[in-house]
Amino acid sequence: MSTGNMNLTLKIWRQKNPDAKGAFVTYKAEGISPDMSFLEMLDVVNEGLIHKGEEPVFFDHDCREGICGMCSLYINGHPHGPKDAITTCQLHMRTFHDGEIIVIEPWRAAAFPVIKDLAVDRSAFDRIQQAGGFVSVNTGGVPDANIIPIPKVIADEAMNSATCIGCGACVAACKNASAMLFVSAKVSQLGMLPQGQPERYSRVQAMVAQMDAEGFGSCTNTGACEAECPKEIKMTNISRMNNDFFSAKLFREEGVSEHAAGE
Amino acid sequence: MTLDAKIPAGPLAEKWSKHKFNLKLVNPANKRKYDVIVVGTGLAGASAAASLAELGYNVKAFCFQDSPRRAHSIAAQGGINAAKNYQNDGDSIYRLFYDTIKGGDYRAREGNVYRLAEVSVNIIDQCVAQGVPFAREYGGLLDNRSFGGSQVSRTFYARGQTGQQLLLGAYSALNRQIHLGKVKMYTRSEMLDVVTIDGQAKGIITRNLITGQIDTHTGHAVLLCTGGYGNVFYLSTNAIGSNATAVWRAHKRGALFANPCYTQIHPTCIPVSGDHQSKLTLMSESLRNDGRVWAPKTVATAEQLRKGQIKAGQVKEEDRDYFLERKYPSFGNLVPRDVASRNAKEMVDDGRGVGASGFAVFLDFADAIKRLGKDAVSAKYGNLFDMYYQITDEDPYSQPMRIYPAVHYTMGGLWVDYNLSTNIPGLYALGECNFSDHGANRLGASALMQGLADGYFVIPYTVGDYLATIGPKPVDGNHPAFEQTKQEVITRINKLLALKGTKTVNEYHRDLGHIMWEYCGMARTGEGLTKGKGLIQALRADFWKNALVVGANDEVNNALERAGRVADFLELAELMVDDALMRKESCGGHFRLESQTPEGEALRDDDNFAFVAAWGYKGDNQPEVLNKEVLDFEFVHLTQRSYK
Repeated sequence: MSTGNMNLTLKIWRQKNPDAKGAFVTYKAEGISPDMSFLEMLDVVNEGLIHKGEEPVFFDHDCREGICGMCSLYINGHPHGPKDAITTCQLHMRTFHDGEIIVIEPWRAAAFPVIKDLAVDRSAFDRIQQAGGFVSVNTGGVPDANIIPIPKVIADEAMNSATCIGCGACVAACKNASAMLFVSAKVSQLGMLPQGQPERYSRVQAMVAQMDAEGFGSCTNTGACEAECPKEIKMTNISRMNNDFFSAKLFREEGVSEHAAGE
Repeated sequence: MTLDAKIPAGPLAEKWSKHKFNLKLVNPANKRKYDVIVVGTGLAGASAAASLAELGYNVKAFCFQDSPRRAHSIAAQGGINAAKNYQNDGDSIYRLFYDTIKGGDYRAREGNVYRLAEVSVNIIDQCVAQGVPFAREYGGLLDNRSFGGSQVSRTFYARGQTGQQLLLGAYSALNRQIHLGKVKMYTRSEMLDVVTIDGQAKGIITRNLITGQIDTHTGHAVLLCTGGYGNVFYLSTNAIGSNATAVWRAHKRGALFANPCYTQIHPTCIPVSGDHQSKLTLMSESLRNDGRVWAPKTVATAEQLRKGQIKAGQVKEEDRDYFLERKYPSFGNLVPRDVASRNAKEMVDDGRGVGASGFAVFLDFADAIKRLGKDAVSAKYGNLFDMYYQITDEDPYSQPMRIYPAVHYTMGGLWVDYNLSTNIPGLYALGECNFSDHGANRLGASALMQGLADGYFVIPYTVGDYLATIGPKPVDGNHPAFEQTKQEVITRINKLLALKGTKTVNEYHRDLGHIMWEYCGMARTGEGLTKGKGLIQALRADFWKNALVVGANDEVNNALERAGRVADFLELAELMVDDALMRKESCGGHFRLESQTPEGEALRDDDNFAFVAAWGYKGDNQPEVLNKEVLDFEFVHLTQRSYK
């Protein structure tokens, strides 16, 4: 299956299970084509391991086109590797040079425990969304889609926030392992749109409370999240979320808010 | 076996309303006494799980990924059709119905397709209410674009990420129900079998992909929403994990498999770059709104392009063949996918392919950039252009994209009636994993429509009728059928783990893909299919002798997961070939070289093949039995499809 001429040294984090002590193990990746994606390079390594009867390296991945958010990997000190605005599955080996040493680690955050090797448990993200990342409408009985005009700039900005893929790179990049960028993207998307107004202030409180309960760190505005986000989600979202959160806490306690808000 | 599709009688426009009225209801207080299992959390699964939980049923939802939001619906790019006629350009429910029937080359049921068109308008309303940020005009109203096989603009979109936004909408509705305790979500869980008691589906067997634990789950009904089987071909635009195991296991328990040979080869994908390739990436059909497809007029020019002696931009206008515009002046670049794919293949077969491998044609945006400006083109398609650049290292703003067809979607799937019920009572199939609405070729932007139609607006009505009939008595989890099916699953896993040969599962999968692409791909012949069948049988026999599966069951074991899926693909592939052999006509994506018009278009044989082929499983290595559901066309006149 070797089709190229790059030879690389990989230092890969291997960890049997969440409780085991992990360690870096060195592997050779040989005959790598520059047109391979990073994950295809790991496929080659894993095929080699299987042929030797050894256990392949476990990593999460699925769509391999940069949208499902399942792939992760901390590569040479960067979530999703050294290039901006792409996921690991879109990173190609032409980014590296022959003979390079590549260090591959899992996301590291207390709220993302390692499952095995390079895969972590990101179910905390799901629980935050379950706490309030929705508009409470049932199927059916909704008005015509064109009944509420939404200014194009608002729709576009909501889309910018909604483009988050929930991969967790923001948490991995943050020295505090904060999930503020992820949470604020959803809070912003719904907070900007008319459909999200009735629950705007209860939503932000519920989602932030769950974020805290999951053990994510605080935001200190370092900006590593924005710099490393494969979908270029902006820190403006965090400002919006803070604004809504403080507003909710200070002026809109206990459900009165939604009725008195008038926004 | 007589197949009753249960299409209600009466005028098209009244069928669904009348049917809904005739379906039995479950009263609100009784709904909480029923458990419904939903397998898969893509558009069909997430929308069904959320909608059923909202009604009051207890839902258990399963996905193999780490989160329901990862399902491959997320990767759909271009858009979703709906007969809103917001553009005032002559659209209507009937027109969407007609385009879909014609696009499917008259191999879908009229009743189903009309219902799909009818509920399409509700889908858009629902998604907007959830906060899905569809593209809008400056006046604040929703924008539309055009897709193949249609002459109106009825496609709603969210940049090139429509599937993502629709799935996140359905995921948010699902999350709300998880939070309310009405849905119990099982992630990283793979369904490995369905449990039937007295011929009715009563539960499933799953494997926890982290611990390896094999569990049984009971339910009054089981909904399979597990997507398509395009990964039979190894290389496809599907996700790596997309597989056919759930539907294939259901098939082996008696569910009929319909039209397995109907596969969609999408015309605009990034070409294969080498043997290392693990998947193919689609470039959305929406690009054909502004991109022009061409190949050089002469083999000599193509040769120069292949060798890199000249660049595409240096080929003079008069030396280019915009073959779709030339052959199909009315639809131009927006002909349906099967037609566009076959024409690209023709160019390549003619020696006029481009790119180093010669397996590509151009999709050129130079005119659009000149007409609209680079910024406008970037605003519409920026993320697709970026993706193309990342994968190929070529800038599509300055030189045309190289594209080639790739396996994208499977129109075939489990046979279902109008209620989306398989022939096993209590077992339903929704979305891509059923066969129902797209005939022999699916139109662009219709997969999202169908997945959400099934989940939001069809199953909540139809499953109630069945549940009301069987009554709310709890399913007995101690029934021996559960333990027996579980033991069969364990036996199979142990058989896979005992394979200690020399060839990896991935290598078998790649070999299978080569066979399928070569003999059951864009052009099929009786001779080729027969040869392919033999090769598949030999490969399958070799797999069970020489495959190498490492590790154990009670741990994370990717090798084992893949082995199970590839073993199923090796069986399904043969059925696809059998179906393609049986269907001696050409229709839609199924192109038999023996059956074409003088212009080289697909030539149907309505006298002999206007039926749904529903195959019944009869045991390992036994020929399957063909059941025919005759397609009655009451409202549409069958003609040779023309896009000229």
